[in-house]
Amino acid sequence: MDLTRRHLLLLLPSAAAAWNYVLAGTPEAAPNYRRTEHWWGMLIDIPKCIGCGSCVRACAEENDVPDGYFRTWIERYHVADWKIERPQVESPNGGKQGFPPNENSEGKNFFVPKLCNHCEDSPCTQVCPVGATFVSPDGVVLVDKSYCLGCRYCVQACPYGCRFINPNTNTAEKCTLCYHRITKGLTTACCEVCPTGARQLADLKNPKDPIHEFLRTHTVQVLKPHMATGAKVFYDGMDGSVR
Amino acid sequence: MFKDIEHLVRLAAVLVIALIAFAAIRVAVVPKTFGEYGHYRAAALNDIAARSISFAGHDVCEGCHTDVVDQKKLGKHVVVPCEACHGAQGRHADDPASVKPPKLDTAVVCSRCHEANSAKPKSFPQVVTVDHAGGIACDTCHQPHRPRIEDEAPNTAKVNPEGKR
Repeated sequence: MDLTRRHLLLLLPSAAAAWNYVLAGTPEAAPNYRRTEHWWGMLIDIPKCIGCGSCVRACAEENDVPDGYFRTWIERYHVADWKIERPQVESPNGGKQGFPPNENSEGKNFFVPKLCNHCEDSPCTQVCPVGATFVSPDGVVLVDKSYCLGCRYCVQACPYGCRFINPNTNTAEKCTLCYHRITKGLTTACCEVCPTGARQLADLKNPKDPIHEFLRTHTVQVLKPHMATGAKVFYDGMDGSVR
Repeated sequence: MFKDIEHLVRLAAVLVIALIAFAAIRVAVVPKTFGEYGHYRAAALNDIAARSISFAGHDVCEGCHTDVVDQKKLGKHVVVPCEACHGAQGRHADDPASVKPPKLDTAVVCSRCHEANSAKPKSFPQVVTVDHAGGIACDTCHQPHRPRIEDEAPNTAKVNPEGKR
């Protein structure tokens, strides 16, 4: 072996240069949209929801959600008098075709639209073994389809049941908060079609967004606050029976 | 100081080769943008954002259909976005000449929102369509962009109080 000290010293800088190249990566081009200037969430005004299913249909159309799977869905709650711990919840086909006339007209009845809560400390991204799901710099929980193994850890980890495995791609899928729309300055498909304004996209980093005034002046709650997930879908007028 | 230094040089050479091999394999298998923002592939953000849109958004609709906007401003449906009833019109907005939206069946579209259901907010206008209209299309009496009947023809409201709802 005739590797001398001279040869070794020549080799080391080139190895260091290669290592540096590995660590650096390439910067992303993001014209007109600055990811660090947004922090997305949503406001859902339960007293305004009429359960028409427009959001569910629009989501399926905008995002090619397969039949029988839902990135957003509507639940109809029926609470009989004092039994707020045992509400009857139904969601026929996710509320996609609306709801049949209510058999339980007694007691309390209302609709609750649901979707990914785009949690700040999301349990689903923490369990991903390969780094295929993540919270984006603008606060949206996304799945990298080309990296996902379909191991289902995240499906199990989400406390809100917002994820599923797409039967066509066998990868995890979920609400992207219409990332392809909000990065172009549009609102999400579900918010775009909501006829009563029950759903509103909110940019929590934008001081001019009406969300701040709304949060200040209304009784607002997130789903399962005891899970401390940092959920960013805020529900106005939510009954204590909602799970 | 070291006797037979050659075995140390051999060991160093093996280590250096292993390090270079590791760096080379890492470059080959780890995507360039992995780790830029966190433990994920930053380029995925652009992949997801690159998807094409289906719903044009009501601002685009209002750019051309100003007559409908004026009609809607006179009635309660001013808050209802166009694509809530007309469906996704992104392709129509891209090519208005050749992609025409289909005509809507108001007997189906209106009842999605206005069919009575006890879970709907009490203040929201609801009818049992069978009792209200007997299955005839809603636009027989109501103009969907401006649905209140007396808005359009004040005289008929008194003649036909049933239609007032």
